[in-house]
Amino acid sequence: MISPQSDQQNFSREPPGIPESPLVDLHPGRWQMALARARLALRSFRGGWAIFVESRIGVLSLATIVLFALMAISHPILMATVWDAEVYDPVTGYAFDRLDHPAPPNWRHPLGTDPLGRDVLSQLLSSTRSEFVLGITAALVTVGIATTVGAVAAYYGGLVDALFMRLADLIIALPGISLLIVLSALFRLNLFYLALIIGILGGFGGTAIILKSQALSIRVKPYIEAARVAGGGHFHIIFVHIIPNLLPLSLLYMMFTVTGAIFAEAVLSFLGLLDLRMSWGIMIHTANTGGYLLGGTRYWWLIIPAGASITFLCSAFYLVGRALDEVVNPRLRRHTS
Amino acid sequence: MVADSHAVVSDLLMGGNGQALVAVEGLTKRFPVSKSLFRQASSFIHAVEDVSFSLAPGESLGLVGESGCGKTTVGKLLVKLIEPTSGQISFRFPSPDAGSGEAVDASTIRSADLRAFRRQAQMIFQDPYESMNPRRTIYDTIAEPLAVQGVGHLTDRVDRVTEILTQVGLTPAGSFLFRHPHELSGGQRQRVAIARALVIGPSFVVADEPTSMLDVSSRTGIMTLMQNLAQGLGISYLYITHDLAVARYMCHRIAVMYLGKIVEMAETEELLGNPLHPYTRALLSAVPVPDPTYRRDRPDIRGDLTLPINPPPRCRFYDRCPVATDHCRDNPHPPMEEHGPGHWVACYEA
Ligand SMILES: Nc1ncnc2c1ncn2[C@@H]1O[C@H](COP(=O)(O)OP(=O)(O)OP(=O)(O)O)[C@@H](O)[C@H]1O
Ligand code: SF4
Ligand SMILES: [Mg+2]
Repeated sequence: MISPQSDQQNFSREPPGIPESPLVDLHPGRWQMALARARLALRSFRGGWAIFVESRIGVLSLATIVLFALMAISHPILMATVWDAEVYDPVTGYAFDRLDHPAPPNWRHPLGTDPLGRDVLSQLLSSTRSEFVLGITAALVTVGIATTVGAVAAYYGGLVDALFMRLADLIIALPGISLLIVLSALFRLNLFYLALIIGILGGFGGTAIILKSQALSIRVKPYIEAARVAGGGHFHIIFVHIIPNLLPLSLLYMMFTVTGAIFAEAVLSFLGLLDLRMSWGIMIHTANTGGYLLGGTRYWWLIIPAGASITFLCSAFYLVGRALDEVVNPRLRRHTS
Repeated sequence: MVADSHAVVSDLLMGGNGQALVAVEGLTKRFPVSKSLFRQASSFIHAVEDVSFSLAPGESLGLVGESGCGKTTVGKLLVKLIEPTSGQISFRFPSPDAGSGEAVDASTIRSADLRAFRRQAQMIFQDPYESMNPRRTIYDTIAEPLAVQGVGHLTDRVDRVTEILTQVGLTPAGSFLFRHPHELSGGQRQRVAIARALVIGPSFVVADEPTSMLDVSSRTGIMTLMQNLAQGLGISYLYITHDLAVARYMCHRIAVMYLGKIVEMAETEELLGNPLHPYTRALLSAVPVPDPTYRRDRPDIRGDLTLPINPPPRCRFYDRCPVATDHCRDNPHPPMEEHGPGHWVACYEA
């Protein structure tokens, strides 16, 4: 009926440098659609990865995180194979082979033992898993809340926005660590509750404000109006248009939240306020209550492994976040091509 | 003034076949200049002021004027992206069982009705770069109206999108489905924007300067395409442009806007051949029309377009008008009057 005329030649020509389209079949069915989408996701992941690997610090930090993840996995394996639970259990074990606890590193205990005769390496490895669980749970909770709150506050504005933003101000004004100290004194906080509290405080606090300001710039884009003309309701616009455009920034703040959560755990555990079996903070706490923290570098194996792990894992997540920033935020990208 | 605009509308409707697809009466939109939660705004931008016109089924009306005169605002009011401060819009969309349906007052269209309304009234946006979500594929973008309205199953929608892509000249359609907007040229994106507006089969489309962001070589292609689609599918356009030459090519009738007001409206050739308002004449003198039989005076207009914030109660064009008189200064904005069959002008000196 309609013939797109001579001009068609001008337009159907592809602009140079377009990657091959994942779908050329004229009448794709359900399966081809899903497949094409998967290929598309893979392609955009590859694109992001290519930018990420340009950052040396980012790659190094990611390698550090992978190393810690391997450490976390290695503990249950070692316990099941070469380590006897009587001796090597991070909490209840006792190294019968030595009498001079805390014993310095030796062949059977590569990082020595703590004042209670427990193997330090086993403690270090078993804590790694808790740190990951804590950090990632807190990050998911934070970002889940912050993304939704930011998008909703930016979209509706007015009273909804005012309420969420005053709440955020309130949370920011509260000194975070002191609040956690009070809470942990009132309730017995285990790993999960700690992750939840950190997640909620972060999610309704500063992260929500940052994601909201980003959402505000998305809300005024013409494609939001186009979606409304198409017939999209509030839910459709928030979840299909605003939130997907927030996700890159959310991912970034997930990394920063992991850093904050691990650090908060270390501080609270050091103060002996948490109901955890074992953690890096508790390891330092144990050294401190035994008076070994004042002994300078003489009992280094009680402090350095845990302290260094906290420092390295925290900075690794932070630096991965900074490297992701360049992927997410093209303005920061250095031109290398 | 209100009485005047009423008279105009009824005349316009009677003058036509009485079955206008869209009828607009006394449409007004004011934006508060400083809005705060607690303070009432004291100044308003009178973006659209007492605008009336109607559009017959299959007819294209051009809305022409300088940047900032309120064209986009009229368009957004017509597709209910924003609500008018006052005035009425009514639609008489064809009912499913052929023949035109009942006239519906736009202000009564809510929630469920709004969905149905969005099937009939669509908009092509000014900027083909910003009006598409960069994270969504071309398929997602075009299928959006179908998806949110729950039209058909996935495979039906894919077929429909493929069909419309072919109609707008993006072939082979399959190779475009899973591209992202940034992988397309400006002309291709504008074709996608057209496809998105037409995919659900509307009878009325607001086309907001669909060619203004394109280079000259892409323009004619898009214009021809829109012409063909309008004829083939029986669509009425409100075609917004700042370019009289474009309007001449695309539209049956043209309405000239100045600072929120329609100052002249007539059949295209009548308006171009016999412009009566000093502003229309000034616009025409700035357009090269490749037709030597057009005679025109060349009035100069002074100064620049100003923002219509709390404008004084006189002719909006007074400050720049080369033929203004004391009468113009001391009287309110002139009413629309018919100076020939279907030729409406708002000027005391016309
Ligand atoms: N949401 C808004 N809030 C406040 N003022 C607005 C808003 N939208 C438009 N305006 C004002 O209303 C006037 C008309 O704007 P509009 O976008 O309709 O002009 P236009 O004729 O489409 O111009 P252009 O050719 O540049 O697109 C302008 O002065 C503009 O600043
Ligand atoms: S009414 Fe007067 S001021 Fe206004 S356009 Fe006509 S002549 Fe000019
Ligand atoms: Mg505009």
